[in-house]
Amino acid sequence: MSDPRVAQALVQLPDYAGSHVRVAAIALGLGIALSLPLAFLCVRRPALRALALAATSLVQTIPGLALLALFYPLLLAAAALTERLFGVGFSALGLIPSVLALALYSMLPVLRNTVTGLMGIDPAVREAALGVGMTPRQSLWMVEWPLALPVIMGGVRTAAVWVIGTATLATPIGQTSLGNYIFTGLQTQNWVFVLVGCIAAAALALAVDQSLALMERGVAIRSRGRVIGGALGLLVIVSLAVVPTFARGGRGYVVGAKPFAEQYVLAALIARQLEANGLAANRREGLGSAVAFDALAAGDIDVYVDYTGTLWANEMKRSDIRPRDEVMAELSRWLDARGVLLLGGLGFENAYTLAMPRARAQALGIRTLDDLARVAPRLSIAGDYEFFGRPEWQALRAAYGLTFRAERTMQPEFMYPAVASGDVDVIAGYTSDGRIAQFGLQTIDDNRHAIPPYDAVILVSPKRRGDAALLNALRPLVGAIDVATMRDANLRAASETPDAVARWLRERTGR
Amino acid sequence: MDAPAAISFEAVTRAYGSGRPALDGVSFQVGSGEFLAVVGPSGSGKTTLLRLINRLAEPTGGTVRIGGEDAAALDPIALRRRVGYVFQGVGLFPHLTVAENIAITPKLLGWDGPRRAARAAELLALVRLPASYAPRFPHQLSGGERQRVGVARALAAEPRIVLMDEPFSALDALTRDALGDDYRRLHRDLGLTSVMITHDMLEALLLADRVVVLREGRLIADGAPADLMRRTDDPFLRELMQTPRRHAEKLAAFMAERAP
Repeated sequence: MSDPRVAQALVQLPDYAGSHVRVAAIALGLGIALSLPLAFLCVRRPALRALALAATSLVQTIPGLALLALFYPLLLAAAALTERLFGVGFSALGLIPSVLALALYSMLPVLRNTVTGLMGIDPAVREAALGVGMTPRQSLWMVEWPLALPVIMGGVRTAAVWVIGTATLATPIGQTSLGNYIFTGLQTQNWVFVLVGCIAAAALALAVDQSLALMERGVAIRSRGRVIGGALGLLVIVSLAVVPTFARGGRGYVVGAKPFAEQYVLAALIARQLEANGLAANRREGLGSAVAFDALAAGDIDVYVDYTGTLWANEMKRSDIRPRDEVMAELSRWLDARGVLLLGGLGFENAYTLAMPRARAQALGIRTLDDLARVAPRLSIAGDYEFFGRPEWQALRAAYGLTFRAERTMQPEFMYPAVASGDVDVIAGYTSDGRIAQFGLQTIDDNRHAIPPYDAVILVSPKRRGDAALLNALRPLVGAIDVATMRDANLRAASETPDAVARWLRERTGR
Repeated sequence: MDAPAAISFEAVTRAYGSGRPALDGVSFQVGSGEFLAVVGPSGSGKTTLLRLINRLAEPTGGTVRIGGEDAAALDPIALRRRVGYVFQGVGLFPHLTVAENIAITPKLLGWDGPRRAARAAELLALVRLPASYAPRFPHQLSGGERQRVGVARALAAEPRIVLMDEPFSALDALTRDALGDDYRRLHRDLGLTSVMITHDMLEALLLADRVVVLREGRLIADGAPADLMRRTDDPFLRELMQTPRRHAEKLAAFMAERAP
């Protein structure tokens, strides 16, 4: 418990848990509101019943992460449509797609249990309801619904636990949740964060489940005390989680981050930079790589760091390889036309780079890729899962005529030790990766500029590009971090929190 | 004929699909204040006949009249609220208390809470159950007590007509006897018109003013108990009457033997 990361994690708890409860509660409410009427319609219509149950079961087979991810482009298109039709768009990021996806996810158990509960009612009881003079509607509300309620509550409990668990996956589409701990922790190898996220989500699910269980039991034995007790439990959970969120007040600027360690560090750095200038900052971390740019363009986030090569290939759909300055200039113009401001580069690149142990390189007389190409047929190379399928690799082979004795694919974590121990001769690493220094590797100079530039650049959303206070606060970061400093920072991120590393970066760069 | 019959069936047929009709051209009348028993083996159409009276089922031919009016022209919901119904196997609502069960039809009719509570208490006394039963749930009662609640529920909205579907069949002999006698008393005191389904001819003969016999959807006999006992023309009817008659003869012989 003396681990400082526990305290750092707990500071975020009100925000994360509050957002988590909010998205889960709205989604569950919506799911129930959709499922119950549908179930009532289904009970006396076998064809509709089969269709509804099949459809909701199908939804259940989609992995939670994929379902959440699917809702983002769907809503992006919907928002564009409403923008065109009514002049009013909405944010396709965060709460709305999360709520919709989770609501859909919650429907199966509620629908299935409601149908089962209503259909399981003794026909003699239904006959008696009609016989004493009830209308079908009165029979439904006075007899069938109360008798089915314990079974329906069972479905609601299942749905609640599912939704609370799955809501942790809403982080990549920009919804703050307890998943922020898990995604941040995974990327920065901060297992304390992962553990805190898991425990908090499990505790929340357990507390809600037990409150609902109390209500379910109260409904079954008609104990008003139990029903009220369970409802109070839920109320306490919801208010505990939501109150601090409201108390936090104004939102301030939203800083985005993609889901890897360097991005968390840079988001923390930008947030600290804004706060040092008296500007409030919030972070939306763990955004999917493709999601982040769209989110900025749509104004859901205000500022984040991306890489020129990524935007060049993914957004501009370019596959040609151009010099660093040209890429930066062209990209800047292209972004400008879309309203996005490229404020400037941070001063370092995070590109693919070929690297090998310094001593080995010196022994073989390798400084440039031209040098490497001469001995490559005797050497083996390792890269991450994508590398050998990426245009960079094609470009390298074409430019230098590189052919290796063997190409091996491995997890980045194993790649560095492998090259250090001599299992492989060369690896395709990342220029800003701290492990290049840690393992005593030398990056091999791309003297023909075949690898596209991956300069880290600060992007500002269209609605903030004219915000002088923001731009003045950010400007000192331009050109402030050289690649050696970033490597050091990334190395530190493996054992320290992003905020601690950001603090170190600020001291180091003197800004 | 001055006043119209409380219930009258005029060549009523009820068919399901293409098979033998559940009820086939049945005609009979129940006079106001009369206690009619409908007897027949399983599948003879007894329950269908009862359901046609309060429109839980609709005839496919012929006319059912309630108080002289064509039942098809009446609002079925309103009709059911003014006809008491005692269900086979009781049919109490398990999630409602005894008092709530009893006062369910008054509630549907919009009676206020105090009036419903007073009515439930009154009916508990009428069916000889202690007032302390009001807040209990059906599962806390014995079979006989539940059936008494079922009768009380049927009477709650002061109906003129009470329909009973094998009301006493699931009870032990002693309870059945006591409940039958009690109902007979209520029938007389409240001036009800009662139609009771039973497969037990002895019960029918002892309780009812008149008995109709159904067989395979057709009405094969209609008369006072004493008349039916004397009829010997129909073999099915003779067989049906054989058991009660033999019991009566045995009992009479037994009593004579013991006489001083």
